[in-house]
Amino acid sequence: RTLRAGKLTERVLKLFIATGKDEVFSLIQALNIQVTVTPVLPTRALRPDLTSFMNEWRTIFSRFHLIIVKDPDLKEELKIPEGFNLDVYKKPDIDRVVGTSTSTIFSGYSCRYFGYLVSRKKYIISVDDDCYPAKDNKGILVDAVAQHITNLTTPATPFFFNTLYDPFTEGADFVRGYPFSLRSGVQCALSCGLWLNLADYDAPTQALKPEERNSRYVDAVLTVPARTLMPISGINIAFNREVIGPALLPSLRLGGEGKFRWETMEDIWSGMCVKVVCDHLGLGVKTGMPYVWRNDRGDAIASLRKEWEGVKLMEEVVPFFQSVRLSREATTTEDCVAEVANVVKEQLGTKDPMFARAAKAMLDWVKLWKSVGSSTSSPGA
Amino acid sequence: MADPATISPATLLKDELDIVIPTIRNLDFLEMWRPFFQPYHLIIVQDGDPSKAIKVPEGFDYELYNRNDINRILGPKASCISFKDSACRCFGYMVSKKKYIYTIDDDCFVAKDPSGKDINALEQHIKNLLSPSTPFFFNTLYDPYRAGADFVRGYPFSLREGVPTAVSHGLWLNIPDYDAPTQLVKPLERNTRYVDAVMTIPKGTLFPMCGMNLAFDRELIGPAMYFGLMGDGQPIGRYDDMWAGWCTKVICDHLGWGVKTGLPYIWHSKASNPFVNLRKEYKGIYWQEELIPFFQSVTLPKDCTSVQKCYTEIAKQVKAKLGKVDDYFNKLADAMVTWIEAWDELNPSGASKSSDLPNGASK
Repeated sequence: RTLRAGKLTERVLKLFIATGKDEVFSLIQALNIQVTVTPVLPTRALRPDLTSFMNEWRTIFSRFHLIIVKDPDLKEELKIPEGFNLDVYKKPDIDRVVGTSTSTIFSGYSCRYFGYLVSRKKYIISVDDDCYPAKDNKGILVDAVAQHITNLTTPATPFFFNTLYDPFTEGADFVRGYPFSLRSGVQCALSCGLWLNLADYDAPTQALKPEERNSRYVDAVLTVPARTLMPISGINIAFNREVIGPALLPSLRLGGEGKFRWETMEDIWSGMCVKVVCDHLGLGVKTGMPYVWRNDRGDAIASLRKEWEGVKLMEEVVPFFQSVRLSREATTTEDCVAEVANVVKEQLGTKDPMFARAAKAMLDWVKLWKSVGSSTSSPGA
Repeated sequence: MADPATISPATLLKDELDIVIPTIRNLDFLEMWRPFFQPYHLIIVQDGDPSKAIKVPEGFDYELYNRNDINRILGPKASCISFKDSACRCFGYMVSKKKYIYTIDDDCFVAKDPSGKDINALEQHIKNLLSPSTPFFFNTLYDPYRAGADFVRGYPFSLREGVPTAVSHGLWLNIPDYDAPTQLVKPLERNTRYVDAVMTIPKGTLFPMCGMNLAFDRELIGPAMYFGLMGDGQPIGRYDDMWAGWCTKVICDHLGWGVKTGLPYIWHSKASNPFVNLRKEYKGIYWQEELIPFFQSVTLPKDCTSVQKCYTEIAKQVKAKLGKVDDYFNKLADAMVTWIEAWDELNPSGASKSSDLPNGASK
């Protein structure tokens, strides 16, 4: 009956499952109802061949619906192995959905945002295609998807720091002195994972320490406190699309933006926006596990030969976002993003045309989200 | 500046650090710590019956204070030092003449890291204190000054020098530091998770500071480490370190210093009686609902440029805003003032570096 009424949402599904009734389980299997997760995989300009990437992730990804977005600037055909439930979007598809003039915002690393736009699932997990599953300290393969989902479906605790980190994890709890009224936590909107092997360093750091590899597996997830900002890397993240979708956006594009992560700042910019919006709306952001194994790629020193705008940029960007205060009237994510965009235009737009373009891109994104991105498949969710 | 990772820290700070231990029973636990603690001077604060003799294991260099000593040294100001509660340990901070303090409970032992090696907790605390903190922007790879880590992409270069570290808050394996209600619900839970990280607690964020395994720069933040009025004759217990932690964090945030948490771990062996704990804590459990918003909203005026000035200002605000929660807070505010007076008497400001900072320090 629920299905016929079109009212089967994830929450309702969970209620059915919670009854523990066998007939419910067999019905779910028969109808092949999927868990509402979509790993989104943007491709890189240098990697049309996704075979090894997808095979490495097969045991973890194969249960889920995948969205693969091909960088519109990539000329070669994609090679994708069989056996996955997926949709592939290429330049013609992107053009068709958003128009040829708008599709340029999805070039390079920003192609992943197209996947966020067209997905209709509740949760999105996004992993760069130079990352493989990592092993934990016991040598067991880390199911990054499962960990991200756990992070997103357990509360966050941004208002007071718990010294034993995530209190909702097995074997841990709130410590003495943690106020009881804050122990139910808030909804977690964003889960930021980390990287073993090649950490997400900028080009100067990587160039200075070419041999450094991150071998420290820190067995923790923690909530980033309210009003604390951090560099949110796009390499390994997950989020609740229903709640925070419009705030992850392609907007800041460096003049010399390039093909390696350390030649971009788009995710860092987007991450600052997301954190400000989450803080304003009382949503949580977690960081820590899961780890992915990030492969060596590129020559940092070669990247340094380009003028490294990203470094100078952050000197402006960080104090700016630290000072942004949103109005009481901004109660939806779209409104918050629009307000941030206007403040960017007023305060940073005059300093560098790149910021003025970013502000415009943010406002365009909100419009795009409303027209293309916002119809979900679950009415009454 | 020399890389603390390469210099043996034990040699460096042997004459600059005191270990403060409150005790009521015995100091047998020191045997296990001997390889790590023996080079250092101990300050033992004996709580409880002063006529009982506390035996200190051979070979340690120490000074020991019981209640009679505290009364003799502080006179009427001794009223600010708790009796029959480990909060009395802060007397040890006051009489120390060293730059750094490490304080540890007498039921805390040497823990092992995942490779099975004994953890030199003191060495890690010293590393934490000697390297900068980064409270203004969170580094997702945690402490960027540790070997094998660094600042991640997007971290502004102007913030990469960090600020001085005032406090190093360590953690505990085995018996976790839970409050009484949690202990009652989960009496068998043990902390077995070794989280290999040190991190700076961001500016503007409060935390529950546990005094079981704690180190700090006494010259920087000592006067803020008052552990309050607890124990005998007081309506509350087990909130001494919490109180010191909230005051300390507010002041560190104001003066631009860092507080780190994480490694090192010690092995906490004794689970205290949860029913006894509940009786001590229960007022704190509902008072903290008022205390947290209070501390979260404390603002210190720009002219509070020393720890003592900041602390006195907090005491004023405690009286004004928390006095109506319970009369205890009026007494506590007075005791806070007494503490600062006693501190300044024992540590006249020629000798210590607890001096005024230029106004630019507060952000």
